[in-house]
Amino acid sequence: MKPSGTAGAATLAQKIIARAAGRETVAVGEHVTCEVDLVLSHDSSGPRRYAQRLEALGVPVWDPDKVVLVTDHFVPATDARSANVLAMTRRWAKDNGVNNFYDMQGICHVVLPEKGHLRPGMLAVGGDSHSPTGGAYGAFMVGIGATDMTGVLATGRIWLRVPRTIRVEWTGALGPAMSAKDMILHLCAKLGMGNDYRVIEFAGETVTGLPMSERMVLTNMSAELGAKTGIIAADATTLADIRARGGDVADAVIDQYRSDDNAEFEAEHRFDAADLPPQVAAPHSPDNTRPVDEHLGVAVDQAYIGACTGAKHTDLQMAAAVLKGRKVRSGTRLMIAPASLEATRLAAADGTLEILTEAGAILLPTGCGACAGMGAGALAAGETCISSTSRNFRGRMGDPGSSVYLASPFTVAAAAVAGEIVDPREFVA
Amino acid sequence: MSALAPVAGRAWVFGDQIDTDVLAPGAYMLEPIEVLASHCLEAIEPGFATSVQVGDVIVAGRSFGIGSSREQAVLALRHLGIRAIVAHSFARIFYRNSLALGLPVLICDDLEGVETGQPIRLDVAAASLDAGGRTRACEPLPDFLLDMLDAGGLIEQLSRQLAAERA
Repeated sequence: MKPSGTAGAATLAQKIIARAAGRETVAVGEHVTCEVDLVLSHDSSGPRRYAQRLEALGVPVWDPDKVVLVTDHFVPATDARSANVLAMTRRWAKDNGVNNFYDMQGICHVVLPEKGHLRPGMLAVGGDSHSPTGGAYGAFMVGIGATDMTGVLATGRIWLRVPRTIRVEWTGALGPAMSAKDMILHLCAKLGMGNDYRVIEFAGETVTGLPMSERMVLTNMSAELGAKTGIIAADATTLADIRARGGDVADAVIDQYRSDDNAEFEAEHRFDAADLPPQVAAPHSPDNTRPVDEHLGVAVDQAYIGACTGAKHTDLQMAAAVLKGRKVRSGTRLMIAPASLEATRLAAADGTLEILTEAGAILLPTGCGACAGMGAGALAAGETCISSTSRNFRGRMGDPGSSVYLASPFTVAAAAVAGEIVDPREFVA
Repeated sequence: MSALAPVAGRAWVFGDQIDTDVLAPGAYMLEPIEVLASHCLEAIEPGFATSVQVGDVIVAGRSFGIGSSREQAVLALRHLGIRAIVAHSFARIFYRNSLALGLPVLICDDLEGVETGQPIRLDVAAASLDAGGRTRACEPLPDFLLDMLDAGGLIEQLSRQLAAERA
């Protein structure tokens, strides 16, 4: 096992893992046991999967105050089965003293920071493959399965193998009608989806210039890069966001939790945001991404704005920037499922919602919805959808014979107006 | 029988990026495990579920188990009698799920020349694989993961530890 970097130098991921393992340093490749600072769980992979196993072990949840439970997959209940899952989840939260229980407040990865639970330097786990989203706050957050989750809930500990880090630096300013979604789709094409075990650390002036909601798009879709997680070192923007939600955080975390200048990265990639055109991923994989001008004229039956990665308040504002004073084209349906109640509330307060509804958008309930193949908005055989979500695997949003293109909220909204894929830059002043 | 007991069976060889939808097709996710398992890998290897025998081993390329965090991908293979998976690399959630559910997973860079149907012998604790006419070295698992496999999985390992603490 070769030592990583200059003696004593460490990546951000190594620093968090070492702290949580009670160690001075950790080396790439070694197995360590870490104390878990925060657990995120949802209704699908949650109590319905681990309640019985915990009971069989005969141990309580090790620290209910470190557990955040969210209902987002089966909401709102559409049949008796989903209603029973939700009822069971609510009972379990109450019986086990899990007071950080957010019932139908939004998608877990969005609700977690909205409610102020994330801090830079935390070691966190989530029972969902998009758990890397939390890395936007400088936390090390990974997804785990239900049995692993049972172990964490019983002991408060998890084994981890110390990962290598790939550094991705972005410079230059994003142009009009451009967003973090275009950046991460471009990375899916350039880095591929096989970055197993690696941490992707996003850095550079473009990244630090993004608001938290946009940084979350980058770390969220680290999952589509196949990475263990994604992470962005905390800065003044991060701390301001945490404090605005009433959270306590010390300035010192900025220096404490960042990669050393001489840390060893497995690879360092540089990209220029100023040159980047809008990106679109064609069916049936996020790495099938090309500039929008290679997809112009593809007719769309449905335009969908939803999911943890694509329906936060800023995403709704992007759609509104395109839709203001315009109408969704006849024959195309635009569906919008805001990612959280906060996103809906803010969009109602600032006039965004009115622009969307005036344009003819159909508002759907908040939740994972069609992105997870649940709820409203499923596709028929032969239909084409352009979506602000994160995955376009065959059949994920409905019939296996349907096709899904992934793009930014700007590009999705522009396609809704045109009835076909168009360059969104023509729609913003 | 401990998951660390010597494995002797036949090899089933697959390529890169075998995903969780192929292992545990979404359409059967709410069915009992025997029904779900009967569709395991059918999209790329029809007849797998009916021809696989207890003790067989999966040999695969890169990112085996990529996709969702569903544990049914592991449970289906285990139900069919697969005793271990050897691959160039694994999708990490699948890798963890497999160990947590007591199914040995070994990383091996030296898998060329192994073909479906060949006899295969595996010593999980020694990280040693006999296949295609020679012995091949796998990446060894650390002791605590061998202990987890020996117990039958994470929950069983925890039960052991809790019982020892209470004794």
